[in-house]
Amino acid sequence: MSAPIDLPRWADTVLVPAVSVVAAFLVAGLVVLGIGENPLTATRLLLQGSLGTGEGLGFTLFYMTDFMFVGLAVAVAYHAGLFNIGGEGQATLAGLGIALTVNNLTFLPGFLLAPLGILGAAAFGAAWAAVPGYLQAKRGSHIVITTIMFNWLASVLIVYLLVNVLRQPQSMNPETPEFPAQSHIPFMHDVLALVGIQIPPSQLNLSIVLAFAACFAVWLLIYRSRLGYAIRVVGSNPTAAIYAGISPARVIVIAMVISGALAGGLAVNELMGYQHRLLLEFTAGYGFVGIAVALMGRAHPAGIVLASLLFGILYQGGAELAFEQPAITRDMVIVIGGIIILFAGALDGLFRRLVARVLARPALARA
Amino acid sequence: MSPAIQLTAINKRFGAVHANRDVNLSVDRASIHGIVGENGAGKSTLMSILYGFYQADSGEILVAGRPTLIRSPAHAIEAGIGMVHQHFMLVETLTVVENVMLGAEGGVLLRRGEAKVRAELARLSADYGLEIDMDAIVGDLSVGLQQRVEILKALYRGADILILDEPTAVLTPPEADALFGLLTALKHQGKTVILITHKLREIMAVTDRVSVMRRGEMVASLDTAATSPPELAELMVGRRVLLRVEKADRPPGAALLEIDGLSVVDSRGVLAVANVSLKVHAGEIVGIAGVSGNGQSELLEAIAGMRQPVLGSIRLEGREIGFSEHNPHRLRQLGLLHVPEDRLRMGLVPSFEAFESAVLGFTDDPRLGRGPLLDHGLMVKDLAAKMEHYDVRPQAPRLRTSKFSGGNQQKMVLAREIERNPRVLLVGQPTRGVDIGAIEFIHRRLIALRDSGVGILLVSVELDEIMNLSDRILTMCGGRITGERNASDATEQDLGLLMAGVNEEAA
Repeated sequence: MSAPIDLPRWADTVLVPAVSVVAAFLVAGLVVLGIGENPLTATRLLLQGSLGTGEGLGFTLFYMTDFMFVGLAVAVAYHAGLFNIGGEGQATLAGLGIALTVNNLTFLPGFLLAPLGILGAAAFGAAWAAVPGYLQAKRGSHIVITTIMFNWLASVLIVYLLVNVLRQPQSMNPETPEFPAQSHIPFMHDVLALVGIQIPPSQLNLSIVLAFAACFAVWLLIYRSRLGYAIRVVGSNPTAAIYAGISPARVIVIAMVISGALAGGLAVNELMGYQHRLLLEFTAGYGFVGIAVALMGRAHPAGIVLASLLFGILYQGGAELAFEQPAITRDMVIVIGGIIILFAGALDGLFRRLVARVLARPALARA
Repeated sequence: MSPAIQLTAINKRFGAVHANRDVNLSVDRASIHGIVGENGAGKSTLMSILYGFYQADSGEILVAGRPTLIRSPAHAIEAGIGMVHQHFMLVETLTVVENVMLGAEGGVLLRRGEAKVRAELARLSADYGLEIDMDAIVGDLSVGLQQRVEILKALYRGADILILDEPTAVLTPPEADALFGLLTALKHQGKTVILITHKLREIMAVTDRVSVMRRGEMVASLDTAATSPPELAELMVGRRVLLRVEKADRPPGAALLEIDGLSVVDSRGVLAVANVSLKVHAGEIVGIAGVSGNGQSELLEAIAGMRQPVLGSIRLEGREIGFSEHNPHRLRQLGLLHVPEDRLRMGLVPSFEAFESAVLGFTDDPRLGRGPLLDHGLMVKDLAAKMEHYDVRPQAPRLRTSKFSGGNQQKMVLAREIERNPRVLLVGQPTRGVDIGAIEFIHRRLIALRDSGVGILLVSVELDEIMNLSDRILTMCGGRITGERNASDATEQDLGLLMAGVNEEAA
């Protein structure tokens, strides 16, 4: 009999993920040892590369911004009982939404054009997620299957459009012309320079503020709003939803629309904040990392912030590590990330049981 | 002669819960021994220890006088202990013989084992009067016969001691009587029966001795002949309980709910409710008696708007409910509220904090917060008041819903629906899995609601409850209404026959 393991909230949201991460790092350390490198040195390089320098920290926070958006996207769908693994495709389409908006409305001033670009991203991401949502709600087509297929569709579609339709004339690169300058989301080092604070330049831009705002908005939506209540009822007890007069089909579509719009944030950060044009494969698999982030953050915005930071550290520190210690390749870093996903996601129950047992002991002694 | 089973100082803890505390039990050979207690009193834990699902933390088990270590159900079977679970452990697509063989196939090829099973089954049937068609597909058998297969399975494995867990929960009264006849026959053949139940009537009818558990302890073991239902109820709850709630006669008022020719198809596409018509008047409790699975659930869900009927009409306070209004949301606004029969699957969200479950179905109420947001502080305060009022324990609105006992969960559902001032209240299985003490409370509430002029449609598989609460009783069998009686002149035998579809009248 496997009863759900009940833990106090702090243990559930902080202790269990922390234990998972520590265990994952221990195992990853063994792997590093196995290829003949010193795991302590590797850890030091990883942390130094991601947090030790201003520039490294900037990049870490830039990646963190990506992961927060896609993590939130996965989390919102997850609360409705849906596994949205289409973050890649939704972000790709969101990129298209940005390009179409800002490159066609170049006459607008920045304070209008940048928000419109963000709205374009949200709308296109939402629309791309709405179709699998609708198919799940009305036809029962499994959302995992359809969102995967929509990832492929998105990547093929974007190649076609960039090569044949949107490419700058005379350019060899499958990418759009640069977005108008007034639509760029300012870099953090430029913004801070305005108020006299000097930080090393990096890709970090103001999108991170939007990401934190999205975290708060999602928290408000899921835990404090009537709609969020309906989403959670559908996700945890569909029969109760029918009893309560909540239409699961409607809620599923709405949750997917919100999820897709959030995934669009990835495109905002990458394209409006950094690349300043639409190009191929800018999502770089971050949509999938979002799944791990949401799992690890227990689909709670606060957890997602922490998990995003961790994966930001891994991505940035991992790049530095691969650079400093050629024996540890970029692929090794992906392996370490994979181990963390395995421990935090799949083996979660293992650590929950362990933690529950450790916590139960003093309780018994008191009784 | 040593007793068949002797348990000494059994202790079992689950985390901080002391489920069994120094429990002693002695069961005489060739007797029927009843075990009663409220939910969570530790009966199931004790039996699970005896059958090897759990190991006791301390204590000793003696089977026929010999200390026996029971580490798994296999050990229990070896020691001659068999168990018939409340939810049958049968493969519905296999035949009776195949089910009995399951786990005792006797080799790679089935033929030899099968011959042995057939011979043995024939002998058992003859010895105990257990008639059964060995080649019938189990899924086609009635529930009573399926239970018989379970008993045969246990006997085939050489059980001398049979544990039955709430065996009558799924049976019609005639089927229950047949079961008791069988148990008595088994007793006369020298078998020992342990009967777990919460129905005191059954204890009185069939057992030789009865043991009462309360809060993990064995509080009494008595000769059945020397005790009475009120005494047992008091022992179970720890205080005096009224088994029957008094209610005054009251003339019913205008018809509030009128169902005409309703037919409903279940999720498998089978006709579950066939041409049902009924009326519920103001200040009246109409009870629908029937064995579980005869269309009552679908009927309630259809009236509540959770299912679309294929035919028929529903009128609420004289107003025809059209297709566009026939959904739970709209019906709630019109004053038709619903205490669903499966509170954990429908009535509550187990993973939610209690104050969130306490607004399920009513989240569009503008009083619960501003604009699109819900005011948690307000919701908590509101539930705290209801908890006080309905004696929900613990009074902790922020505790997770699943952490409350069945009775307290049910009180929360009732509080939610009743405090919204229903015109008509649909009530499904209001006391399933609820302690005796809470049953009394819930019954009082329903009677008070009826006295205030609300029309109540009550569905329950507990005939006692139907007879106790209803003003008018309808019986249901195979999706149809098979009879109607005034509560004052209904008898259990009569209703039992109607529930079984015998004696059907033109409804």
